[in-house]
Amino acid sequence: MATFKILECKSATTPRAWFAYLLLVVVVFLGNQAAMASTGHDDIVSLRRLTQEQYRQTIADIFGDDIEISARLEPDPRREGLIAIGTAQASVSASGFEQYDAAARQIAEQVTDLAHRELLIGCKPVNTQAADDRCARTFFSRAGRFLYRRALNEAELERFVGIARKGAKVGKDFYWGLSLSLSAMLETAPFLFRVERATWQGDGYRLDDYSTASRISFLIWNAPPDEALLSAAENGSLRTDNGLHREIDRLLASPRYEKGVRAFFNDMLALDDLLALQKDPTIYPRYSAKLASDAREQTLRTIVDTLLRRDQDYRAVFTTRHTFFSRALGFLYSEPVTSPSGWEARELAAGDPRAGILAQPAFLMAHSHPGRSSPTLRGKALRELILCQSVPAPPPNVDFALVQNVSDPNFATARQRLTAHNTEPMCVACHKLMDPLGLPLESFDGAAGMRMTENGAEIDLSGSLHNQSFIGAAGLGATLAKDGAAASCLINRLYSYGAGRAPEQQDSERIDAIYEQYAERGFNLTKLLRTIALSREFYSPPPVEISADQVAIQQGDKS
Amino acid sequence: MTRDITRRRLLRSTFKGAAVSLSMPLLDILLNDNGKAFADTGLEIPVRFGTWHWGCGMNPDRWVPESTGANWEMTPELEVLAAYRQHFSLFSGYTAPLDGRANEPHISAVWSLRTGYAPTNKEDLPDPSFDALIARAVGGGVRFRSLDMAATGGHTDSYSSAGAGAVAVPELTPLSLYTRLFGPGFRDPNSATFEPGPDIILRHSVLSAFGDERAALMRQVGAADRQKLDAYFTSVREMENQLALQLKEPAPALACTVPSGAPAESRPSTDIEVVTESHKLMVDLTVMALLCHQTKVFNMVFSPSASTLRKPGSADTHHILTHQEAVDANLGYQPESTWFAQKSLEGFAYLMKQLAAAKEGDSTLLDNTLVYAHSDTSFAKMHSLDELPVIIAGRAGGRFKTGLHIREEGAPVTKTALTAMHAMNVRAGSFGKGSLEVSQSISDVLA
Repeated sequence: MATFKILECKSATTPRAWFAYLLLVVVVFLGNQAAMASTGHDDIVSLRRLTQEQYRQTIADIFGDDIEISARLEPDPRREGLIAIGTAQASVSASGFEQYDAAARQIAEQVTDLAHRELLIGCKPVNTQAADDRCARTFFSRAGRFLYRRALNEAELERFVGIARKGAKVGKDFYWGLSLSLSAMLETAPFLFRVERATWQGDGYRLDDYSTASRISFLIWNAPPDEALLSAAENGSLRTDNGLHREIDRLLASPRYEKGVRAFFNDMLALDDLLALQKDPTIYPRYSAKLASDAREQTLRTIVDTLLRRDQDYRAVFTTRHTFFSRALGFLYSEPVTSPSGWEARELAAGDPRAGILAQPAFLMAHSHPGRSSPTLRGKALRELILCQSVPAPPPNVDFALVQNVSDPNFATARQRLTAHNTEPMCVACHKLMDPLGLPLESFDGAAGMRMTENGAEIDLSGSLHNQSFIGAAGLGATLAKDGAAASCLINRLYSYGAGRAPEQQDSERIDAIYEQYAERGFNLTKLLRTIALSREFYSPPPVEISADQVAIQQGDKS
Repeated sequence: MTRDITRRRLLRSTFKGAAVSLSMPLLDILLNDNGKAFADTGLEIPVRFGTWHWGCGMNPDRWVPESTGANWEMTPELEVLAAYRQHFSLFSGYTAPLDGRANEPHISAVWSLRTGYAPTNKEDLPDPSFDALIARAVGGGVRFRSLDMAATGGHTDSYSSAGAGAVAVPELTPLSLYTRLFGPGFRDPNSATFEPGPDIILRHSVLSAFGDERAALMRQVGAADRQKLDAYFTSVREMENQLALQLKEPAPALACTVPSGAPAESRPSTDIEVVTESHKLMVDLTVMALLCHQTKVFNMVFSPSASTLRKPGSADTHHILTHQEAVDANLGYQPESTWFAQKSLEGFAYLMKQLAAAKEGDSTLLDNTLVYAHSDTSFAKMHSLDELPVIIAGRAGGRFKTGLHIREEGAPVTKTALTAMHAMNVRAGSFGKGSLEVSQSISDVLA
């Protein structure tokens, strides 16, 4: 693949003059030399739009969780299997910006209102009906550092103080001006995007201290860096092994780690799809939007219980009998839930086919049709989400006539229909990747109801994975619990989730090495995360591709 | 990618292995917006543009008339549009050549048609869609450069892209569409009082300064991030334009009647009865948005490419039916699948009806609009790329001829898109890549 890499553009002939010029341009532009000292040598290597959850978490962290955000935010796009990769490729659409604008104004109004200003502004103006640069400056340098996940430079600070001043004069109200300026800050690129900057170090890029801090905190907490982590970035301690260890261990020990774990699995297992799931109410009268959102919560609780509370090998999530029921779920499981809080921990009996997250309604319902189960969709999801393998799309001229023809008694079960369908050679190649993983889950219908028969015929629950044969959901779970691909997929996803991109060569080598390192010891999530967060490769983004016209622009800059 | 003859910068680059010609950044085009005359003078009636998509096609042998020209005979599947035959022209025989790339079901044809590039998957969308190019050219001077809607309520049900994978995010319910159009920020163009608040003035000036950051940021990022930043700053600019409009006394819009209240809150559903109802409400709001000068461009997705429509109580969606349902030996087609396609087209008939019913001076809104309707395939069972159904309705203020059947067997479907661009007065020299590249529009329908 022929690509222009910054590596080439920066080779021996150009770099110094280029940088000197760039520095000059930017310095002249900003009219402030001091501002550039800290950032002039860095390149932006990625822009990662905050997810909806990260946006809300950031505001809650900085201004408190009583600040309401009623606006809908731009949907999180999924690319190459993860939202974390999709948001690294996404921009802000016109309608998305309108939503950010509405959210920003709503937040800024609350932060500066009578109920919050005393606590959140941190200073008082000399006169509430006039501008007060000193107090505005205090506020923006403090809040801005958390919102931008780095200290503001002097030009940026002056800009926001300036907007606040103008607003205060026009509105004859200090807080009105402050609100105007804060809402503007919440619409700027350095807030909406995680701007990752890196320094070229001769043989590759190395993320700068602030970008390193953000990577760590979003990986472990799904939230921006806190005061201690920003300080560690500022005092250079993240550059030392000890300092990096200390911060990573502190974040992993925090109660906020649980939120990070939930966010990761929500992304990896595409659990947000449940929030928009539709089922046909005449076929599945028990189904409701509440059941779907509870099912998502159940799977997340099960994962947190298995991996954090019980500290087990990741693959125990496929077999665990510990689960959680809400009232809606209790109805589905025929296990009444009476606790007033609405959630109860339960342990399923040994041999219960509903053990493990794949036999939970979240997975079963999300990967079915609106009115029918689908071994193919379930098998495909399992390959893609759990094993990181991709299944090709069906050929365009495929004939599905038999697959859903349930009125023929010879094809009562999905297995019979798929067997008939797979007499077509062009179908069987892909279906043998999917169906043997989905058919063992056929004891659950499209809304996760248990069943022994389909259209009156008994269901055959045999299946296989990587040449291992098994029966039913329990057999599938037990097989996955020993499967290397499932463990390797977790490492791959954790790494991509943190880095915001699919692994490249150097990353794949690192992922393989981590797999080998843990193969004997078991795949403990926290230890894996720690190992990834400590690896040098994780902070060494690949060179970015630049286009020919950008070279032209840059050359134009120099001339 | 469009070639703008006069302003194109011939800079070729290699990006992700594919040759791409980078045209001017979006924002530079917007800065030279030519759509303002109307807002300033209030005299001209603007020409509007829309797209309308339904999923899973039709049956070519029941759809395509034998004869071409003005006297084409009505066919069984077009009968549903018969009342409006003088308001649209029909295009048949057009195809999506993929230059050896695999036919990705429900992706290849629809995106080839929209962007002139045959993607290998739905994440491979480097170029802007032709509706977005039209919106760039003519969509200015109003609050919203375009409105995107999905009656089926799926947030990825959209075929409009600004390029670089930036697919538009649609409104999913009548209420969200209403709120965006007529909620906070809406000003009745016929209101007697005009007094922009100081907050509008200040917010406008704050956003105007956002562009100052652009150049500095642009210099520090790679190609992919550059496109993203460009899109971000374009969105900022759109917001700024919205505020700028609020600072000006609006041109009166005599045909504008503000809806009296918000539609009820509804949860998106793929149940065809619910979709039909949502679509009606969204069409009515769109008509008002056009008459009240809130937008000039809209994209409506009645159903997505692999149609998710279903009947209550049936396990099978329209898409599943197209594959599983046997061709009825007596009828010669799949009755259930065809029923869904026909129900979808009733939605298009409703759109034409409402546009035709809205008067603007001596003409109707439909006369001053061009609506490009299409599907993602012809015979869905085989995901056919040939005989792609295209209907273009409305007269584009007199620039488009209706009532005709144009047939060009095997011609690239992008030709119909380029024709729509030319009817909208967009200066595009060519459109599409590879075998999808076309430089001639269909002159028979251009006045």
